[in-house]
Amino acid sequence: MTAVKPAVVAASKLGLTFQTNDGPVQALSDVDLTIGKGEFVSFIGPSGCGKTTFLRVIADLEKPTSGSITVNGMTPEQAREKRAYGYVFQAAALFPWRTIERNVALPLEIIGLPKAEQAKRIKRTMELVNLAGFEKKYPWQLSGGMQQRASIARALAFEADLLLMDEPFGALDEIVRDHLNEQLLRLWAATDKTICFVTHSIPEAVYLSTRIVVMSPRPGRVTDVIESTLPRERPLDIRETPEFLAIAARVRDGLRAGHSYED
Amino acid sequence: MDSLRSKIIPVTTILAVIVAIWYVGAVAMNAPFQRDMDSRNNATPSTMEFIGKTLSQPKPTLPAPHQVARNFFENTFTRKVTSNRSLVYHAWVTLSSTLLGFAFGTALGILIAVGIVHVTTLDRSLMPWIIASQTIPILAIAPMVIVVLAAVGITGLIPKALISTYLSFFPVAVGMVKGLRSPELMHLDLMHTYNASRSQTFWKLRVPASVPFLFASMKVAVAASLVGAIVGELPTGAVAGIGAKLLAGAYYSQTIDIWSALVAGSVVAALLVALVGLAGRLVDRAMGGRPA
Repeated sequence: MTAVKPAVVAASKLGLTFQTNDGPVQALSDVDLTIGKGEFVSFIGPSGCGKTTFLRVIADLEKPTSGSITVNGMTPEQAREKRAYGYVFQAAALFPWRTIERNVALPLEIIGLPKAEQAKRIKRTMELVNLAGFEKKYPWQLSGGMQQRASIARALAFEADLLLMDEPFGALDEIVRDHLNEQLLRLWAATDKTICFVTHSIPEAVYLSTRIVVMSPRPGRVTDVIESTLPRERPLDIRETPEFLAIAARVRDGLRAGHSYED
Repeated sequence: MDSLRSKIIPVTTILAVIVAIWYVGAVAMNAPFQRDMDSRNNATPSTMEFIGKTLSQPKPTLPAPHQVARNFFENTFTRKVTSNRSLVYHAWVTLSSTLLGFAFGTALGILIAVGIVHVTTLDRSLMPWIIASQTIPILAIAPMVIVVLAAVGITGLIPKALISTYLSFFPVAVGMVKGLRSPELMHLDLMHTYNASRSQTFWKLRVPASVPFLFASMKVAVAASLVGAIVGELPTGAVAGIGAKLLAGAYYSQTIDIWSALVAGSVVAALLVALVGLAGRLVDRAMGGRPA
């Protein structure tokens, strides 16, 4: 044990091959990546590049077939059993028969928190995602953006230090997406969480991240890792600055180098 | 006005068409017997008289709608409900075993579905047997059930209810297997990320997700239960119940009685299905269902 700041996620030579009817598909190959505490790491690449698969491996939703990975120094399974992370899916995945507040309470019920503590956490997270006043609504009564915010509240209520987000804003329109990106950054600054964020939008990745992992398909692999030089404080119009555009250009180059534009 | 235009008018139109066809059929089917009678009595009725007679025979081949309606009305509303001739009395006898059998059947169906969803061995072994059970004609099974149970001293309500159970557990089992397996992969993944136990996933996800399936299959099951109860009354020589009424009507060629017992049966069936549907809507409302 060294005194180095412990890595939240450490993957080495990680590989995952799916056996399909059309033969084996290499979803991940030789992924080496370390994510430190408090980082905001985006994974970007075309479909089939393994970015979602990598997130699912961290979450113990998929088992790697080669290499090794640790989450908080444990295997992903142990980390999941210790409830080390909150996961936000592509869709809000709210239970339609529960009100928003009861949806946020779901993970808390499963951990078995006392009712008073549940109520406190629900109140706090609902305020954090700006949904105060919508506690008693059912999911269908909310817009898509609000539903996704409720699902973020549900992941936050878990109070894990690691937040895994799989294209959470992919299905939303750009105006809502901009707004939620801003809110997410503010939330990240306020809570000091480690966030792994999958996206296929270059501006979104550059705007949000401290580090951008560019991935490429067949086999799914990491082609470039870009450190962002942008300050932590980021107003929306930072996206017009030359610095921002330079990073975006590098991401685009990385994607091109990975032959991502070929098909 | 809207419900008048969208529901009542189409329904009454169809009803009028059916009644019209029924009258034509009644005249056609009762005519040979009437012609026979007339030629024996050397009567020569006009066409209108002839048609009138075919629609007022005491034991017609096909009773006319108004004959059935009158019989149904008299035996439903003008008799004491405790009377052996009251349709309400017979309907109640059948209804009680229907409800008991339906309750058994729903419970059994849910139990089987839970087993099939959670135990792989049951999934592989039980389903073919369940499907095979429904290919056996109920009319063949019913007398044996009654006789075997009577031999061990069980008579009365239970044997009839068991035949209802036999018919009603099937739709519930099939519907609930589908319902308990209906949660999306994403919801199951979500529960997995929470490290939820199997019982937590069952109670918090699978059960609520299966509720619409439960009510849809219960609608089918309750109608099947009624059929089971009526069939259960046929081979036992039961003295009460809609089945007994049908049987007695057949013995004594009381065709009008048979038809009004049939009407009573369908009224009970419609009420039961409507009640289950209403319960389903109330539960859906309570579970935050989006108003249609």
